[in-house]
Amino acid sequence: MSASPGTLATREAVERRLRSGSSDVRGTVLEALLLLSLLIALGVLLILIADIVVRAIGVFTDRGTDFLGSALDARPDQAGILQGIIGSVLLTVLVAVLALPLGIGAAVYLEEYARDTWLSRLIRTNIRNLAGVPSIVYGLLGLAIFVSLVGIGNSLIAGGLTLAVLVLPIAVITASEALRAVPMSIREAAFGVGATRWETIRSHVVPYAAPGILTGTILSLGRAFGETAPLLMVGAIAGTFSSTAISDMLTGSYTALPVIVYDWSGKPQDEFRSLTAAAIVVLLLVILLVNATAILLRNRYDRKW
Amino acid sequence: MTASTARPPAPIAPSDLQIARGRKARERAIRTFFLAAAAFSIVVSVAIVVSLLGNALYFLINVDKSALFTDGWFPRRGLYDIATILAGTLVISAVGMLVATPLGLGAGIYLSEYASPRTRRLLKPVLEILASIPSVVLGFFALTWISPNIVQPLTGAPLSNMAAAGLAVGILITPLVASVSEDAMHAVPLYLREAAYGLGARKRTTSLRVVVPAAISGIVAALLLGVSRAIGETMIVAIAAGGTGGSLFQVNPFEPGQTMTAAMTALAIGSDRVQGEELTFESLFFVGLLLFLITLVLNLASDAFVRRVRRAY
Repeated sequence: MSASPGTLATREAVERRLRSGSSDVRGTVLEALLLLSLLIALGVLLILIADIVVRAIGVFTDRGTDFLGSALDARPDQAGILQGIIGSVLLTVLVAVLALPLGIGAAVYLEEYARDTWLSRLIRTNIRNLAGVPSIVYGLLGLAIFVSLVGIGNSLIAGGLTLAVLVLPIAVITASEALRAVPMSIREAAFGVGATRWETIRSHVVPYAAPGILTGTILSLGRAFGETAPLLMVGAIAGTFSSTAISDMLTGSYTALPVIVYDWSGKPQDEFRSLTAAAIVVLLLVILLVNATAILLRNRYDRKW
Repeated sequence: MTASTARPPAPIAPSDLQIARGRKARERAIRTFFLAAAAFSIVVSVAIVVSLLGNALYFLINVDKSALFTDGWFPRRGLYDIATILAGTLVISAVGMLVATPLGLGAGIYLSEYASPRTRRLLKPVLEILASIPSVVLGFFALTWISPNIVQPLTGAPLSNMAAAGLAVGILITPLVASVSEDAMHAVPLYLREAAYGLGARKRTTSLRVVVPAAISGIVAALLLGVSRAIGETMIVAIAAGGTGGSLFQVNPFEPGQTMTAAMTALAIGSDRVQGEELTFESLFFVGLLLFLITLVLNLASDAFVRRVRRAY
């Protein structure tokens, strides 16, 4: 069989390629461009942090901890974020109490109990879609259901319930991933010695999945801590706590740290620009701390099967 | 043990293999509890739809239909031009995607195909930290840094403009696009790359002509998810796009504009029903329903594409 012109050309091309040096200019350029996109992201992050810290530094040097311990005030030199910190901490605690047990429970059902039925498929698809619903829509849910229908009013409880519903699908998804990572052999070992399904879950699956579940829940709480839009819908617009009694805090007017950031960023006075930046520094510190904790936990307890 | 001392075991009765009744009842109760927790997500979905639909329908029935197609979005004056808020949303999402598509895909391809384990360990957290920054912070950054340092010097736009908000939205969704597309490319089996190398393909040819096409469903899913997130993004737009209260129809990104989400926050902050027109409160839910439906379609489409990747490999 004689070689056709086509195969000859191919042979020459291959030969040329094999003889040519290994330098590939366009390949190097491509790699540099791809790396550049990551470096741009890094650059933006650094500029953002530097810009905000520079704006905020004056507030911390002039006011120190006074800024953290003062109440909201229309006068820039008096205004502080104490109420926002209290509000955000209370909201996060509410979310943790309400959303996490429910989210982990749902994940246990989906991963450990559910067979592949229409119901479990519906629940799975539904949860994935809920995770993609814009957060402001959850605010409307809170406004219509918790504030108006149930009649809780514009209160911290309504805000906490709304954030809990918002965080729920994220908690389910992260907990599911952690449970799925536990290999089948662990469960089979428990079943093999006669454990029931619940005994298997309690003594084998959950302990092994715990670090993953914990990381996921911490991350979702961090998300709740920074959420603003849904809180605006359920009335957290820089209201102040009417008293320091816990019952008044839960049912009266309230505010949260990110809501203060939003409110202040719209104020015309220059002084409020620095105050906003200072509040952002506190907000970012909390969130970065939360995320660092989660990542450290993941790295410490991550196990490869 | 010798044969003489060994006794034959008692025959096993079927009852020995059954679990005790109390244990069984407990099992069933626990299972029901977990099922209830999972089914609660459906309750949430129904609650969202019901709470949006009721007020939105009330708005649609009672609103003067000509008010839906007028010169601008001024709910306090009874003008609800849908085109205005759709245009604003579209402009900002488009600017956001112009940023997030190259940055997100570039980062995704680099992390999946090029990065050594060490650079990966160093650079992946950058995206994770960026993803964890609350959008209200990026909104402040858009208004106080991006607009005066990038948009204004180039175009002479007012401080509040849609381009600055769009750039910040792009930064916000870049980590999302990067991580979803990276997952998709990571799922492409190694033998496809090896086959390409075997044919003498270079690294760049393998990455761009083999891995990217093989992962294209996942990449499309990442972009759709990015668009969905951009459309639903609220705080950046509310702070930096300048559409407080109301806005005329505007498609020039270097002007202030109003999006669906910013229109909603503006309505909610003065949510005392007495203020303004009678239907302002209900219009909030109408916009919310519109937003919910648009993002739902995008999310479902993205989900379908992701599942195609899973089925393929």
